Amino acid sequence: MNQQDSIVARIATAIEERSPLAVHGGSSKSFYGYPAQGEPLDVSGHCGVVEYDPGELVITCRTGSRLADIRSILAEQGQHLPFEPPAFGEHATIGGTVACGFSGPRRAWSGSLRDFLLGVKLVNGNGKVVRYGGQVMKNVAGYDISRLVAGSMGTLGVLLEVSFKVLPMPARELTLSFECDQAESIRRSNSWSGQALPLSGASWWQGRLQLRLSGAESEVGRAAEMLRPDSQYEDPLAWEDLREHRSEFFRGTSKLWRLSLPPAADPIDLDGDCLVDWGGAQRWYRSPLPADEIRERAAHAGGHATLFRGDSGKARFHPLPPTLERMQRRIKRAFDPHGLFNPFRMSRDW
Amino acid sequence: MDSISKALLLKELNAVVPSEILLDTDEAMRPFECDGLSVYRKLPLLVALPEDTEQIRKILVTCHRLGVPVVTRGAGTGLSGGALPIESGLLLVLTRLDRILHIDPLNRTARVQPGVRNLAVSEAVAVHGLYYAPDPSSQIACSIGGNVAENSGGVHCLKYGLTVHNVMEVRLLTIEGEELVLGGEALDAPGFDLLALLNGSEGMLGVITEVLLRLLPLPETARIALAGFASIEAAAATVGAIIGAGIVPAGLEMMDRLSVEAVEAFNSPGYPRDAEAVLLCELDGGEAEVAEQMESVRHILETHGATSITVSASEAERLRLWQGRKNAFPAVGRSRPDYYSMDGTIPRRELPRVLAQISDASGRYGLPVANVFHAGDGNLHPLILYDANREGELDLAEKLGAEILTMCIEAGGTVTGEHGVGMEKIDSMCEQFDAAELEQFHALKNAFDPDGLLNPGKAVPTLHRCAELGAMHVHGGKLPFPDIPRF
Repeated sequence: MNQQDSIVARIATAIEERSPLAVHGGSSKSFYGYPAQGEPLDVSGHCGVVEYDPGELVITCRTGSRLADIRSILAEQGQHLPFEPPAFGEHATIGGTVACGFSGPRRAWSGSLRDFLLGVKLVNGNGKVVRYGGQVMKNVAGYDISRLVAGSMGTLGVLLEVSFKVLPMPARELTLSFECDQAESIRRSNSWSGQALPLSGASWWQGRLQLRLSGAESEVGRAAEMLRPDSQYEDPLAWEDLREHRSEFFRGTSKLWRLSLPPAADPIDLDGDCLVDWGGAQRWYRSPLPADEIRERAAHAGGHATLFRGDSGKARFHPLPPTLERMQRRIKRAFDPHGLFNPFRMSRDW
Repeated sequence: MDSISKALLLKELNAVVPSEILLDTDEAMRPFECDGLSVYRKLPLLVALPEDTEQIRKILVTCHRLGVPVVTRGAGTGLSGGALPIESGLLLVLTRLDRILHIDPLNRTARVQPGVRNLAVSEAVAVHGLYYAPDPSSQIACSIGGNVAENSGGVHCLKYGLTVHNVMEVRLLTIEGEELVLGGEALDAPGFDLLALLNGSEGMLGVITEVLLRLLPLPETARIALAGFASIEAAAATVGAIIGAGIVPAGLEMMDRLSVEAVEAFNSPGYPRDAEAVLLCELDGGEAEVAEQMESVRHILETHGATSITVSASEAERLRLWQGRKNAFPAVGRSRPDYYSMDGTIPRRELPRVLAQISDASGRYGLPVANVFHAGDGNLHPLILYDANREGELDLAEKLGAEILTMCIEAGGTVTGEHGVGMEKIDSMCEQFDAAELEQFHALKNAFDPDGLLNPGKAVPTLHRCAELGAMHVHGGKLPFPDIPRF
């Protein structure tokens, strides 16, 4: 029996017995959301590239494929996943990457994981293997279930295959550094994002704004000259460390909050250290303040707050308005009528 | 539920909204009987032209209570019959909600009502050096609500994405009149990504009342290269070579000989008449970057057998070179009374093979097919030329169209890249999706609209419809949907 058949058979048994499954790949992101409940279903053995034709700018792979392997396969052809997904561990799989829906430092300019997701094949809660989207850039046949699955934490179905749009790697990358306070960094990042500049990263921590430029040699050079930074250097590792939460700010085990905000929102002081990413649209906090207060301040600024790491047992995600919460449950039921896939992983209620 | 009478619906609606926003005579409703796919025409029970969200909510609540179907319509430029009225239903026209509510230059967003025209957004934000990227060819007329409903594309999708990539938030009313805010001013929102789901949902899940659009900085410069080729294959191979070289053009368009002849006869944009195919490749960005990449493109064109190459030297020349492509539909349309525009998407490598198949089918049906397409995305727009006044020609054109869509599915593509399924391609959906996949679509629809009142009969076929169709079209002796009871 091949891997796909055995996954489908395992799900059929679970449906028959009404026994919930805790679906996982490399478990590199098990810290995120709520603890898994149910019988473990490890899908990391279902791996390998199904199809990759660099000229098509599309890769299709089985979901157990390791993210690191996919990155190297693409890099050999001078291509990459432009949304720069973090792995948070060497065993991270493509399936888990899609399930969590995370994107890295380039996200604010490149688009997010779901923006590059072209198609999925999954097993739904009726045990059926279904395919949506495909390997083409444009596809509006039926509802966009592929993109709905991104970030759904394995609660809607068990992913078997995914297709991504990929892009050529930029010819040149350069980091510019500016000394400034947080408010000034947010103002500059957003003002520059509104100009024709090859931005691909803007992060601020402890008085220093780091700006990444990506593109043609000539374009990066011209932009660097125009922006007059305090210093400039090539430092791909620093951006990788930021992506993987290995940089200094992320060391330590105290609660880590993620605020997702309108990029130009004023700085929010939460009585602790703050690292700004995505030019202000994603801000990380170490804060001793009560969760409710953090959530209220994020919401007041037009965004939301997630307890990303630490303080297990507490509410992780920003509460939804009741109408939207009801709709989430209906959608969950539409895909997984028996509530078998990753129950209580994304919500404390279902 | 039995369909209710016009008089009763009118009476119920008059009690909650001003009577001036309701049209009930055939004469007044006539302009709304079809969208851009004018071969299908129907008059609804009533037309409502609400002026604000509260009126929409009251209309929806009333229709929901009475079990009256609701079809939502914007500017009516859609090409798949998605806004075709239903005789027993209400047509909800949102063109009066046409205000740009707020422009936020620093956050690069514009908050607009659904009836705002696509091009009006870019015009309004140009003063800030920004624009709204998706540019469907109907952008002068089509409205944002419809763009979201169809997940509209345009000629710059390869680099800048579709509508789904450029929308931050949608405010939606469910058929029950409840408001859902999907997405927001931040780049993501908690819970399932319902914002992504709404894009391209063809008015089946809710009524869009407000949209927050993402704006991009206007590129410093743009230049276009126009190249002629002695064969479709050579042009198609060049498309792959440009992308394979690591260049992501802002637009990469192809036209075949028939289309080129038509546009030259229409407004003489200066396309090579002797070419079997022409390729348009637009690059945008900084001056230096565009110049650098244009040299690479020129080199690729030369080494891939281009028979002529023109590179725009000025903005005026760039716009002139675009004129041919942008007027391709009307130009081709002049040579026959009617044309039928298809919208399949295929993997790029399949272009030569599928085009040869289309040409073969065109010969068999005796109907000319002109090909215009977004080559960069593999999105084909074969234009089938016919004369509706000739007995049986429309029927033939539709059959040829369905055959072309089957070719697209078999090549690993899809029946619609950007025009939507609507009424037009509903039967082709039975070929692209199996019963389990369609059932999943219906379950999802049911989560939003349990009574099936929003745009019924469009976008996703019932299993029953597919089964009946399957009984007519048996492929390779294999009956599709063998498990479905046939009536």
